[in-house]
Amino acid sequence: MVDLVTSDLTVKAGDAVLVQAANLRLVPGELVALLGPNGAGKTSLLRAALGLEKRAGGTATLDGMDTAHLSPMQRARLIAYLPQQRPLAWPNTVRDVIALGRYAYGAAPGRLSAADATAVDVAIAQYDLADFAERETDTLSGGELARVHCARAFASETPLLVADEPVAALDPRHQFRVMDMVRQFVAKGGGALVVLHDIALAARYASRMVWMQNGRIIADGPSAETLTEQRLAEVYGVRARITGTSVEIEGAL
Amino acid sequence: MTARGYLIPGLIAATLLAIFAACLLGSTPLPAGRVLAALFGGADTSDRLVIWQIRLPRALAAFVTGAALGISGAALQGLLRNPLAEPGVLGVSASASLFATVSIYYGLVALSPWVLPLAAIIGALAATALIALAAIRTRSVVTLILIGVGLSSFTGAAMSLLMNLAPNPFTLSDMINWMLGSVANRSFVEIGFAAPFLIAGTAILLLSRRGLSALTLGEEAASGVGLNLRRQRILTVLGAGLATGGAVALAGAIGFVGIIAPHIVRPFVKHDPARSLIPSALLAGLILVLADIGVRILPTTNELKLGVVAALIGAPAFVWIAMRRRTLNG
Repeated sequence: MVDLVTSDLTVKAGDAVLVQAANLRLVPGELVALLGPNGAGKTSLLRAALGLEKRAGGTATLDGMDTAHLSPMQRARLIAYLPQQRPLAWPNTVRDVIALGRYAYGAAPGRLSAADATAVDVAIAQYDLADFAERETDTLSGGELARVHCARAFASETPLLVADEPVAALDPRHQFRVMDMVRQFVAKGGGALVVLHDIALAARYASRMVWMQNGRIIADGPSAETLTEQRLAEVYGVRARITGTSVEIEGAL
Repeated sequence: MTARGYLIPGLIAATLLAIFAACLLGSTPLPAGRVLAALFGGADTSDRLVIWQIRLPRALAAFVTGAALGISGAALQGLLRNPLAEPGVLGVSASASLFATVSIYYGLVALSPWVLPLAAIIGALAATALIALAAIRTRSVVTLILIGVGLSSFTGAAMSLLMNLAPNPFTLSDMINWMLGSVANRSFVEIGFAAPFLIAGTAILLLSRRGLSALTLGEEAASGVGLNLRRQRILTVLGAGLATGGAVALAGAIGFVGIIAPHIVRPFVKHDPARSLIPSALLAGLILVLADIGVRILPTTNELKLGVVAALIGAPAFVWIAMRRRTLNG
């Protein structure tokens, strides 16, 4: 089973410690929400875990291999990564953008093997993008674009996915549609680690929650256990009421 | 076949026609039959001399110069994800021109006819190496562009200094000729000297072009889909540097063609940087062949410089592209 494991992972920028001895494991079949206020070190943790950022200590392995020594191609076949910033430089068609998800298999837009073309077609059909598959990306709304990026990640057919705030700045309907896509990916046997700021959304979708504060992981466990009114007060400084999986935030403390 | 499918064959056909036209036209007009005969070994000695020693090398020099600048521009635009990038932006052309100018100023060109082209190539490679080093150290494209802007400004200032200090008007006029860019009086010997660099640069760019498509997603996501970012940067900058150095060695500094050709080509290749390289090279080559025909047949007392014509057409296009980009991206 492919897993992403960090052990005492530490990230520094100069003297500032961004991530302090983080231990995290992601396996297929679970949807993990990574929660914490701005600046808690979530993005640094993800990037260092993937080997995209230099670590100051600890280890990060993907399928047992050190991510710092994996080639970008090897890594991209094991784990898909949706970064926070997703600027598109040129107005490519939706189909061509999704085709870039096959880059690690040697494909390029317009030069797809049969397997690559099938993966792209499947992603388009499965995630309901057929209506605008041939449209240029600069004609899409932010919500449609977010779904295209997700489909691009899923077209890689990796066992794992890391997504950094995939629903930021989306309207409620598109937030649900994007999270439905992630859930669909997990239902098919994938494992997803998703940074979220919307706690109610996280409570609805995540099977496990990892809480970060000041560079440390302060809690990691099933949503039902780790999502408490006291934790929200500690981590986010908000007063909240929790009933089952529904979260109502009443105000700042 | 779609319009897209006809793009490359169409450009090749148009280029061949343009080069043939360049052989027809000139101070002694030759009819098509005599040109064809001369090209394929027939005709009399003077016709063969005009075609093989003067017109054909000149047209080919214009084509390979344009092609090298076009493919370099398209590749750099893909790398920097900016439609305004070209060899000039990274300071590669300016640096090549500076080294060429230095070799003229110090009279080194008198030593051997090879000194001038060699100096241009060394200048391009020096700029390329600096950019490549910066590319290893920084993640930021903006930083890379700013380094190029600084490099261009510095070499521009150094060039002005040399012109201020030029010992005699002949040196000054040589230097100006070089800086303005021209393919007049080029022979196969000069093309042959630039060829290894042009071929190596073009080959590197073509072999590494797939990564340019991935960069459409931005650097972070491109790494995520499997691109080795550092390697891609080095290969593209090296390939563009070699090709541009070869082009400057052959024709001096000719600007803007590396911006215009990719801009026209892009909609035909679905805006994919990788697929824009070959058509951009062909179109930029074609543009320079046509512009050079224009330079030769315009009835002016002093022949216009090809670089001047390119800039007169290219600079307004550059401004237009920049302004349109602003309205799109705020």
